[in-house]
Amino acid sequence: MKRLTLPLSDEQLAELNAGDSVLLSGVVYTARDCAHKRIFEYLDEGKALPFPLEGSVIYYAGPCPAPEGKACGSCGPTTSARMNSFAPRLLDLGLGGMIGKGEMSDEVVAALVRNGKVYFAAIGGAGAIYGNAIKKSECVAFPDLLSEAVHRLEIEDYPLVVAVDSRGNSVYQK
Amino acid sequence: MREIDTKEISDCVYRLAARAGLALTPSCRAALSRAEAQETGAAKFALSTLLENERVAQSENMPVCQDTGMCVILLEIGQDVRLTGAPLAEAVNDGVRRAYRDGNFRKSICDPLTRVNTADNTPAHLHTEITEGDRVRVACLPKGFGSENMSKLYMLTPAQGRAGIVEAIVNTVREAGSRPCPPVYVGVGIGGCFDSCAFLAKKALTREVGSVNPREDVASIEKEALEKINALAIGAQGFGGKVTAIGVSCEIAPTHIAGLPVAVNIQCHCVRCEKEEL
Repeated sequence: MKRLTLPLSDEQLAELNAGDSVLLSGVVYTARDCAHKRIFEYLDEGKALPFPLEGSVIYYAGPCPAPEGKACGSCGPTTSARMNSFAPRLLDLGLGGMIGKGEMSDEVVAALVRNGKVYFAAIGGAGAIYGNAIKKSECVAFPDLLSEAVHRLEIEDYPLVVAVDSRGNSVYQK
Repeated sequence: MREIDTKEISDCVYRLAARAGLALTPSCRAALSRAEAQETGAAKFALSTLLENERVAQSENMPVCQDTGMCVILLEIGQDVRLTGAPLAEAVNDGVRRAYRDGNFRKSICDPLTRVNTADNTPAHLHTEITEGDRVRVACLPKGFGSENMSKLYMLTPAQGRAGIVEAIVNTVREAGSRPCPPVYVGVGIGGCFDSCAFLAKKALTREVGSVNPREDVASIEKEALEKINALAIGAQGFGGKVTAIGVSCEIAPTHIAGLPVAVNIQCHCVRCEKEEL
């Protein structure tokens, strides 16, 4: 299986094909429904975001609290389709890609192609594996949102499938 | 009259919720293993990851899925039981609260408008039923919402009949596609009224995966719907494949002469359900 470390170069992104299994390491930021709403409020008001958007990968996830001795608790993906209305604008602003589960809209696929980025599917329900593969976790924004806050995660060898590649090919059946 | 202190029920809810967060039901695990053996490619990769995930959950003492759910608690209380102590709902919520705190489970319950989190995963969805005898049966079904969001209620007409029921079940799964974490377990309520029909569907999910309704005509709906769902080829995680659902369980109740309510409650492949009798 292909091992990749974030950030991915344009060349690495171009080589990924829908359906490929990969092991991904590096830094990602968690954000789901409520965090996206706040991020959009920041953007609309012209305020600086509390984390770098350019080149970053967002993981659609809201983890469980960390047990003693662990960096993070169970942390699998949430349903990406709920972020359909947010993803295109963030990709156009330089977002490096997303990790989530399930198909996303045609508008999101078009934005991935336009920006040469990739959407990875984590295996929904495999929260223990993904939580256990987080080496460091730090809340960087919106702590009042609890599990929905933005966390900076250092992940190691996340088992993922390329869900939509940079040419718009999708692993999902239409 | 047998007296039971609600503290006993609270402690029971605690045990069940704590166990449920860390393990799939044996019938779900077996169904996923069978599916893994049948699939190839990305779907096989997804299923083998899920089977490995449960082993990691057990060894690392971490929830199998980070969506530790809304806690659905079903209580069947024998009418020869007299409950003493704290009010029942309070006792049940206390059990949930302690289990989610001690187990490092995610707290996922919030106000629907303000979205402010209650921070302890309460209130649980408590359903009580008065039955015969002097026992209390407790079932705990932590329900994730990726799949709950894909559930549907249909008010069919009597003319739509059996074919309409099967169509409603299959269409719900088709429209859900990859979003509810397939392969799914499908709970179906047939009959009753608007609200009791939805409850039948939820109750169907507390049955073992692969169990069969004792009524032959209902069992035949379960069988036909499952075959048609698997012909959709959505597969594990929507990656395509032979197994889109690991089971369809239907529960039935009498309805009105003018109606045919059908509720389809989708459960993801992470079937967590624990039961105990007091």
